[in-house]
Amino acid sequence: MRAVSPAQARKPAPPIEGEAGARARLSLAEFLLGTDEARECAQGTVDWLAQAGARRAICALIDGETGKVKDVLARGVPDSQLRGLTIALEDPQDPLVFALAGPEPVPLSAKRRRPAIFGRDDLLALPLPVSEKREARLGLLLVSLAGGELEAQARWAAELLGQKLSRLRSQTALLEGEHRLARERELLLSIINASPDPILLTDTEGRMIISNARADALFSAKDGESEGRHRAVALNNMLFSATLSQQAIDESGAARRELLLVSPSEGSDLLFELLSSVVQHPREGTCVVSILRNVTDLRAATEQIEENYRKLKLAEADVRAERDRLDLIIDSVADPILVTDPSGKILLMNSPAERLFTAPDDPAGNDDAQRAVRSNDAHFSSFVTNLFLTPGAGMRWRAEILLTDPAELQPLPVEAIAGKVLSEHGEVTAVVTILHDRTEALEKARLYEQLKAASAQLEERVREATAELVRRNELLQRQHLALEQGSQLKSQFLANMSHEFRTPLNAILGYTSMLLGGVSGAVTPPQKVKLERIDSNGKHLLSIINDILDISRIEAGKMPLHLEEFELPTLIGELLAEVEPLLQKAKLRTVTEIDELPPLLSDRQKVKQIVLNLLTNAIKFTPQGLVRVRATTDADECNALISVQDTGIGIAEQDHEEVFEDFRQADNSVTREYGGAGLGLSICRRLATMLGGRIELQSKLGQGSTFTLVIPRRGKRR
Amino acid sequence: MSAVAETPRRPLVLVVDDFADNREMYCEYLSFCGYDVIEARNGAEALEEARSRMPDIIIMDLSLPVMDGWEATRRLKADQRTNAIPVVALTGHAMQGHSKGAIEAGCDSFVAKPCLPDQLVAEIRKMLSTPRVKAAKAEG
Repeated sequence: MRAVSPAQARKPAPPIEGEAGARARLSLAEFLLGTDEARECAQGTVDWLAQAGARRAICALIDGETGKVKDVLARGVPDSQLRGLTIALEDPQDPLVFALAGPEPVPLSAKRRRPAIFGRDDLLALPLPVSEKREARLGLLLVSLAGGELEAQARWAAELLGQKLSRLRSQTALLEGEHRLARERELLLSIINASPDPILLTDTEGRMIISNARADALFSAKDGESEGRHRAVALNNMLFSATLSQQAIDESGAARRELLLVSPSEGSDLLFELLSSVVQHPREGTCVVSILRNVTDLRAATEQIEENYRKLKLAEADVRAERDRLDLIIDSVADPILVTDPSGKILLMNSPAERLFTAPDDPAGNDDAQRAVRSNDAHFSSFVTNLFLTPGAGMRWRAEILLTDPAELQPLPVEAIAGKVLSEHGEVTAVVTILHDRTEALEKARLYEQLKAASAQLEERVREATAELVRRNELLQRQHLALEQGSQLKSQFLANMSHEFRTPLNAILGYTSMLLGGVSGAVTPPQKVKLERIDSNGKHLLSIINDILDISRIEAGKMPLHLEEFELPTLIGELLAEVEPLLQKAKLRTVTEIDELPPLLSDRQKVKQIVLNLLTNAIKFTPQGLVRVRATTDADECNALISVQDTGIGIAEQDHEEVFEDFRQADNSVTREYGGAGLGLSICRRLATMLGGRIELQSKLGQGSTFTLVIPRRGKRR
Repeated sequence: MSAVAETPRRPLVLVVDDFADNREMYCEYLSFCGYDVIEARNGAEALEEARSRMPDIIIMDLSLPVMDGWEATRRLKADQRTNAIPVVALTGHAMQGHSKGAIEAGCDSFVAKPCLPDQLVAEIRKMLSTPRVKAAKAEG
């Protein structure tokens, strides 16, 4: 740049050589110095050039940013033509562009074809500023050269204007930069103010350099505000500084801390997370940027989340335990359980299933076992496939599969029960299959069949046995019937016989009695003795017949009881009177011992028959001595005891039972010696039984006998 | 009982028994004891005799051929002419049923065989001395 001498004139002077020329230049220089506007400068320059003698002077100002013509200022050009000035910057052949690009002024000859704006003169195109790079060109000065030394003047003016425009441009750029900076700073401040978190920049001493509104709310208080707020702010500052300095000791880089502050407005505790980092500032030196984040609510939320997480953990543990338990259960099921996907691929199985569907670990490789496993797999897959292929298989499918136990290579018939597991949308997601060993069931079925056969056999035998039993039973019944009929016949026979006996006996006894009674005249004593023998034997025969009749009556159940009340002593008196002749004949003494007794309720006739029989026996078998009759009661007074004691021949112990049997006497010889059919005691015992009593016997051979009738004092009808 | 009262007519006894020895034995003894006696061998004869001769008392064996003693007694008792004649049943069947049946048939008393002739006479005397018999007789 050429040095410009200070201009004295405010208005451009005409281009004059010498001192005048210097003054003119000075006026332009002064003008340009005092003008800060590009257009005015350009206008002043073209005016000055016109004054210097240029017929046409045009200045096109180019916008530095867009690179397009911004303003065109001219002198000696009609306004209508000014608008036509364009510079096609993208066309390098355009002379104006060429001029802008070149380092030197370019003459534009009037001979060449050009826009009307250039007029008829030759023009010189001067880039502004002249010496700058092409990119920095700010304008183009076009000056008609008609008239002397105008080229030098134009070159000088262009030089001066170019410099002025450059200066103006850089001044503008600086101003704009400052504006931008201020705007950015404002934006930045508004950004940090907009942050909900307090942000602070502090120096190493903890003094605040920058703080946003949120930070101010915590850390600063104005004079007019309350005492509490001041105290809270002071406390907050102290806490903040302490935390920062502690952090400086602990760590050098960015750090997170918790910081407990007080809300100056409400006084409540606020928990902040402090994020601070150290920055190096070229002017301020080491600073600390701190961002505080209010985590008071966050802490509560965190605690809530932690609580939830803890619960989740517990639930998960529960689920896991449940699953473990389920696994344990599934594993403990003796039956193999498999879970497959719909294609038959095994997803899960319990250990019994593993035994069937997993090849043994043995690396040596048991080929048979491997084959068994493959075969099992094939069988099982086809089973699962069937589940989907068989129409109407439904949700469950049951089939028998013959597997092979890989360990023992034994056939293993199993019953497979499969169930589909459906998703929410009803798609089959898995198939659960339980295999149930049928070996035992089949064995049981076989045994059951055997058992059934055996049972049928047994049943047949039982049927046969039952039939036999029925047959025998019928036989027995017939026999029983026959026996009963026989018994009936016997009784009938005896009854008839006794009648048949009695009819002739009636005649015998009757005629004997008539002869003895002298109906046919007197009989001689020897005749009388013999008739008496006939009479006594006839009577004996009659008594035997009566005895037999009694027994058959009792056995046929035709001996009714006639219960009545009676005095025992009276009865005994009658009996003794009856046997008195016999006693006298046998020369026996009698002793009676009768207790005071209330009346008996019994069958008087039968009691009398029994005691009479006992008395006649006693007299019959007692050669000498006495007969003692006793009547008393037993210890509990339920029974009456009537005993007949004699001093006769007695009965040997072994014969005690026999004497009560039919047609028995202790000794058959006795019958011959003493007479009697031997039916008396047999009848007595039967009668005593009818009365609900019994006959007891105490006796020893040669020492007499005691027969005792024991009967209830109050008999019962049977 | 005075002899005078009996003078006009001795009591007439009808003895019914199929067994001749017994029948004749009783007849002989009854005659010996002063009774008029007529005989019958069965129930039918007994009915005939009773209706034609109107005895004072009938000794009736129960087991008889042609018509048994029970039936004969029933008919005697059903007949107005003969129903007042006392009937003494006489049987060798000592079974309960026999005596009961006899009473049901209308017999006035019952004597079991063997019955000695003097026992029978005692029974007859007893029966004939009862007032009812006399009254019936007076009406007859």
